[in-house]
Amino acid sequence: MKTPSSLLEHAIRSPKRGNVAIMPYLTAGYPNKEDFCELLQAVSVEADAIELGVPFSDPMADGATIQGSSEVALANGVSVRWILGMLASCGPLQAPVVLMSYLNPLLAYGLRNLVRDAADVGVHGFIIPDLPDEEGEQLDQLCEDAGLARIQLVTPVTSSDRLRRLCHRSGGFVYAVTVTGTTGGKLDIGQVSAYLDRVRKVSSKPVCAGFGIAERSDVQALEGHAEGVIVGSALIRALGRGEDGALFVRALVQD
Amino acid sequence: MTWDSLMGGAFPDARGRYGVWGGRYVPETLVGALERLNVGAREALADTGFIDDLSRELHDWVGRPTPLTRCKRLGAHWGIDLWLKREDLAHTGAHKINNALGQALLAKRMGAKRVVAETGAGQHGVATAAACAHLGLECTVYMGAVDIKRQSANVRRMRLLGAKIVSVTSGSATLRAAINEAMRDWVSDPETTFYLLGSAVGPHPYPWLVREFQSVIGREARRQINERADCLPDVAIACVGGGSNAIGLFHPFIRDASVKLWGIEAGGRGDALGDHSATITQGSAGVLHGSFSVMLQNDDGQVQETHSISAGLDYPGVGPEHALLNELGRARYRSVTDAQAMEALGELCRLEGILPAIESSHALAGAKLWAEENPGTTVLVNLSGRGDKDLDIIEGYSATPEAI
Repeated sequence: MKTPSSLLEHAIRSPKRGNVAIMPYLTAGYPNKEDFCELLQAVSVEADAIELGVPFSDPMADGATIQGSSEVALANGVSVRWILGMLASCGPLQAPVVLMSYLNPLLAYGLRNLVRDAADVGVHGFIIPDLPDEEGEQLDQLCEDAGLARIQLVTPVTSSDRLRRLCHRSGGFVYAVTVTGTTGGKLDIGQVSAYLDRVRKVSSKPVCAGFGIAERSDVQALEGHAEGVIVGSALIRALGRGEDGALFVRALVQD
Repeated sequence: MTWDSLMGGAFPDARGRYGVWGGRYVPETLVGALERLNVGAREALADTGFIDDLSRELHDWVGRPTPLTRCKRLGAHWGIDLWLKREDLAHTGAHKINNALGQALLAKRMGAKRVVAETGAGQHGVATAAACAHLGLECTVYMGAVDIKRQSANVRRMRLLGAKIVSVTSGSATLRAAINEAMRDWVSDPETTFYLLGSAVGPHPYPWLVREFQSVIGREARRQINERADCLPDVAIACVGGGSNAIGLFHPFIRDASVKLWGIEAGGRGDALGDHSATITQGSAGVLHGSFSVMLQNDDGQVQETHSISAGLDYPGVGPEHALLNELGRARYRSVTDAQAMEALGELCRLEGILPAIESSHALAGAKLWAEENPGTTVLVNLSGRGDKDLDIIEGYSATPEAI
């Protein structure tokens, strides 16, 4: 039987269009709770996987855009409980979903219940930016038992020994943070390509690049250097301007 | 578990744990930088050359040892033998300088070019700006917009000392938001920037490192009171926000089973979430700013806004070693209200001629509580800072400040 983790890996390796898998980031419940399921459905048609952000009051690794969307979502009353309930009632999506959350909201929900309930509503894995490998023992075990992916992040300053270990331990794909800094910064394509090549060399899992990827030209430039790209802040800004999220995602890949 | 194991270096363990508390919950970008800091700090603290430099600077530039003052009039008024450890007389006006100087010397030794820091009341910011000026390091201080307004004298001091001040308007716009923003700065340049964290919080090794630099308070106080009173105190009392002055006072007394340890938190204006900063007395376990400790949060794990009349205690977290001392019952944590702190501030001014910081006034109000329950005992209070910075708040609090 295929696990959610292996289904996620497969989805990244076989993009619907073009040569790079597109993984949009959405802050759950942004811009509003009422239409969010509809937005998720529409985006899932265009996306190869979706990173669904759990809003947190103190998002240490995020730039101003995602801080802002998190504040709006929290003011809208979004919680882990609401997100899992929304996924349960939203119906099947056209792309696998991974939850991106800082650790504390997950601890408050309870890790054991979280993994069980997330698996029940079709979540494929977790990205937790403030849970480095050394602190992740309990969650890693729970994810392994449930067949969910615990996606590891690597960065340009991760040492080569550590890079090898994190790539080996990552489930579904490896999240290669392109820059030292927070989400939504600027990208230096030359430097990033060399770094991604270094990650891909030691990783048996597909590599997805995230942070600073905003438009089609960025996606094109990374073709051949990563199996997938994560687009977050630029999409959140578009949603904030009232644009159509699905069209934004569609436009990231040339037909 | 014996008190000896607490003192004997068993905590933190190799993973930065104090029992279940502590650890290192940070973005991957910072993992390497924290490990370099851990190794660099351990080497420095084991190097007699570094310790000699630090001791000389503490003596010549900071003005240590700070005095121990016996408060005869206030002690008589409260019915106790009251002693104050005078960190308010240290250079820049608070205990924060002990850690700022120590870490700045470490930053220089480790080859850092640029220092970033957060500040709440501004005392850590002033101390860091002063230490960086003294050692020739570039300094940027993140400070919440709310705190910039209520502690403007310290902002002006930092600017004079050559620091760049960044106003933080995100989130709470207080200390907690300033720490988030300083960490974001550090994430952007983890290799050449040194994050000079001011409280005993944050990811390992900070809670340990800050404790090591602040323990000079308790070591001096223990020796001084032993010489002058010919006994150890019945209780040692300090205010607790993040907990740096308290852990500095407590740590050298942990093995002395006869000395009770009291940490006093900010009870603010009431018990409702958002009206106080009494983390240990009212909070629950969670991860904030890189460490597993006790924090003020709602049922969904979202960090809550806090209130305290004192900017330096206005923080929803607390250092992991305090969480352990509380769990073991070695230290007891209580809270006093804004009003109790201000009353103690007025009494110290009128009876002893000392204007304490509002933060430190919480410790004094705690001593008053202790005195009601334990008359005739010997009480050591850490007067962590002076109150010059608080004049605007004191005058805003009461139309007749001389009668507080």
